[in-house]
Amino acid sequence: MKASRKHHFQWTLAFFLTPVVLWLFLLIVLPHIDLLFMSFRTKDDSGSMVWSFSNYMLFFKEPIYWLTFVRTVLYSILVTFLTFTIALPVAFYITKVSRPRYQVFLTMLLLLPFWVSELVRVYGWMILLRESGVINHFLMKTGLLDKPIEMLYNDVTMIMGLVYTSMLFMVVPLIGVLENLDDSLIEAAYDLGANMWTILFRIIIPHAVPGIVSGSIVVFMLTLGDYLTPNLMGGKNSLWFTEQIYNQFIASFNWNQGSAFGFLLLALSSLVIWAGLKLTNQKLSKVVK
Amino acid sequence: MQIDLSVLSVTKIFDAFTAVDAVSFEVNQGEFFSILGPSGCGKTTLLRMIAGFTEPTSGAIHIRGEDMSGIAPNKRPVNLIFQHLALFPMMSVEQNIAFGLQRRRENKTDIRKKVRAILERVGLPDYGDRKVDQLSGGQRQRIAIARCLVLNPTVLLLDEPLGALDLKLREQMKVELKKLQAQVGTTFIYITHDQSEALVMSDHVAVMNEGKFEQLDTPQNLYNRPRTPFVARFVGENNAWSGSVHRCGESNVEVRTEEGLVFRTKAEERLQPGQRVDLFLRPEAMLIQPDPGLPGLNRFDVVVDSILFDGANSQLLVTPLKSRRELVVALPQNRQYDYIKAGDKIEIGWDTNSGICFLQR
Ligand SMILES: Nc1ncnc2c1ncn2[C@@H]1O[C@H](COP(=O)(O)OP(=O)(O)OP(=O)(O)O)[C@@H](O)[C@H]1O
Ligand SMILES: [Mg+2]
Repeated sequence: MKASRKHHFQWTLAFFLTPVVLWLFLLIVLPHIDLLFMSFRTKDDSGSMVWSFSNYMLFFKEPIYWLTFVRTVLYSILVTFLTFTIALPVAFYITKVSRPRYQVFLTMLLLLPFWVSELVRVYGWMILLRESGVINHFLMKTGLLDKPIEMLYNDVTMIMGLVYTSMLFMVVPLIGVLENLDDSLIEAAYDLGANMWTILFRIIIPHAVPGIVSGSIVVFMLTLGDYLTPNLMGGKNSLWFTEQIYNQFIASFNWNQGSAFGFLLLALSSLVIWAGLKLTNQKLSKVVK
Repeated sequence: MQIDLSVLSVTKIFDAFTAVDAVSFEVNQGEFFSILGPSGCGKTTLLRMIAGFTEPTSGAIHIRGEDMSGIAPNKRPVNLIFQHLALFPMMSVEQNIAFGLQRRRENKTDIRKKVRAILERVGLPDYGDRKVDQLSGGQRQRIAIARCLVLNPTVLLLDEPLGALDLKLREQMKVELKKLQAQVGTTFIYITHDQSEALVMSDHVAVMNEGKFEQLDTPQNLYNRPRTPFVARFVGENNAWSGSVHRCGESNVEVRTEEGLVFRTKAEERLQPGQRVDLFLRPEAMLIQPDPGLPGLNRFDVVVDSILFDGANSQLLVTPLKSRRELVVALPQNRQYDYIKAGDKIEIGWDTNSGICFLQR
C-alpha cells in the first residue's frame, strides 16, 4: 500500500515536472550552449571559422566597449540605491503606518502600473515628457516657459524611468521583511532614547537586510539587462551595454561578437554582485532563505 | 517622602470605547507598585500613557512633579519593559544594554564600565558577547531589565514581563525581581493579571477593572479587607454566596443565603433587613470539625465531594446538605484530617469575623 502510494506520487511528480524541465532545457539551456560555442568562434584571415578568444579580447581592447559596461554598471548601482531609498519609506508606510485594511489596497495600487507592459509604460512617460508633450504644453499654457524644452533623451530622465520600472521589485521584498519586524522593537528603541535616524539605521535597516539584498540583486540585474527604457528614454547616446549587444546581433550581424558580449555581461554582473555581497558581509544562502 | 509619579484623573477613549476611566494615583520614590487586573481592563493602555506612547484623552501625568504632556517617550525619565521584552535580535547582549547609554552620548569607557556593572548585578557577568537568541527565557528577562536599569530611570515600567515564562521560572524570577528592586531602589510600576505576583512583590497594589481602579491598598489589606465584591473575587480564592439580610445586630448581621443557610457575619456597611447581599468567605477561614465548645461560630454540615491534594495548598471540595453549591475548604496538612474520605459527612464552622458582606448593586 505504502509502496504503491510512493510510486503513484513519483508518477505525478514526473507528470508535472516534465513540461517544466523540457521548457527549461529547450528554451533556455540549449540556446545558451549554442551561443556559448558561437562566442568562441571567429573568422580568420581566410574567412573560415576558427576557435579563438578574440571576441572576448575585443571587449577589453576597445575602450568604448568596456567604458560602456562600466558606465552601465555604475548607473545600475545608482538606480538600485535610488530605488531602495524611495522603496523603504513606501514599504514602511504600507506595513507599519497605514491601517491594516488599507494595506492590501495600497499594495494593489503599487502593482497597478505593472499590469501594462514596460513598452506601454515607457511610451506613457514619453507622452508626458517629450517636446510636444503634456508637461511642456502645461508649462507653456501657464506661462512658466515660453519655448518647449526637451526633457527626454538625457541621463536624468533615463534614470528616473529605470527607477520607476524597478520600484516594485524592491518594495515587495521590503514589505516582506518589514511585516515581520516586531513593532515593539521600534518602540523599545524609542523608549531607550533613540531618535528616528538611530531607529532607522540600528533597528529597521539591520532587520531588513535580507529583503534589501534580494531586492537589490533583482533590481540591479533587471536594470543592467534592460534594453527598452535606456534606449527609448535615454536616446541614442544613452550608451547602455545591452545596446552594444543588440548592435552586434542586429546591426552588424556579428552573432559571435554579440554572444561574447552577452556572456561577458552575465559573468561581469555576477562578479559585481559577488563583490557587493562580500563587501557588505552577506551570504547569498541567508538572503534566499 | 518624594512622589515619583502622579497620575491625575487620566482617561483614554478609543473611538467610543473607554479603556482607562479617570484613574488617579501616586507612587512614592523607591516603591514597588503593581496594577492588577483581568485581561483587557486597560493596564497596558495606562502604562503606555505613562511611557508616552499614547496621549491621554484627558488628565495629566507628572513625573517628579514635572508635567509630561507633549514629551516624547525618548525624552521621558521612564523606561518600559515590554510584554515580550523586545530585545534587539540584531545586537549582542552588550550592545543591547549599551544602546540607551550611546543615545546619551556617554563616553566609551564609561559605557563599558556601566554595562559590566549591570551585567554583574543581574547575575550574568560573562554573557556580554552572546546573541539574544542564545539566551534562555529567564536570562532574556534579566537582560531586558538590565537594559532599562542601566539608564537609571526615575520610574521603571514593567508590562507583564513574566508572562512568557513557565511556572517554576516565574516563581523564581518573582523573588529575584523583588530583591533586585530592593537593591537598586528604583521605583517599579508592575502590571500583571496574576494576583500572586502582585501580592508577593508589591508595596502597594491597585486592582483595576474595566478601566477603573477598584481598590488601591497594601497586599495584606487587599486580601483581608477587600472593599468591593470584584476585589473579593479577584484577589485570592473566595467562596461566595448571595442572599438577603435577615436580621441586623449592632456590628453584625444575619444573612440567609439562597440555599437557606443562615450565617451571622460582620458587615462592611450599614445594612437594612431584606436587602440583597453577597457574602464572601476564604477557604482557610473554614474550620473542619471545630471543637463543640468554641463559641461564636457559624456551623453547618457538609458532604465531602473530593479531596484535592496539593501539598500545602490541599483543599476539600464540599457541598452543604440541602444545597448544590460546591465550597472550597483549605485542608491543613498536619495529618489531623487524614481520616476524611470522599463521601463523609463533616461539620464546618467559621468565625463570624471572617466573612465579608457587600450590598448587591
Ligand atoms: N489602539 C487601540 N484602539 C482601540 N482599542 C484599543 C486600542 N488599544 C487597546 N484597546 C482596547 O482597550 C482595552 C484595554 O486594552 P489593554 O491593552 O490596555 O488591556 P490589558 O489590560 O493590557 O490586557 P492584557 O492583560 O490582555 O494585556 C481593550 O479592550 C482593547 O481592545
Ligand atoms: Mg497588556
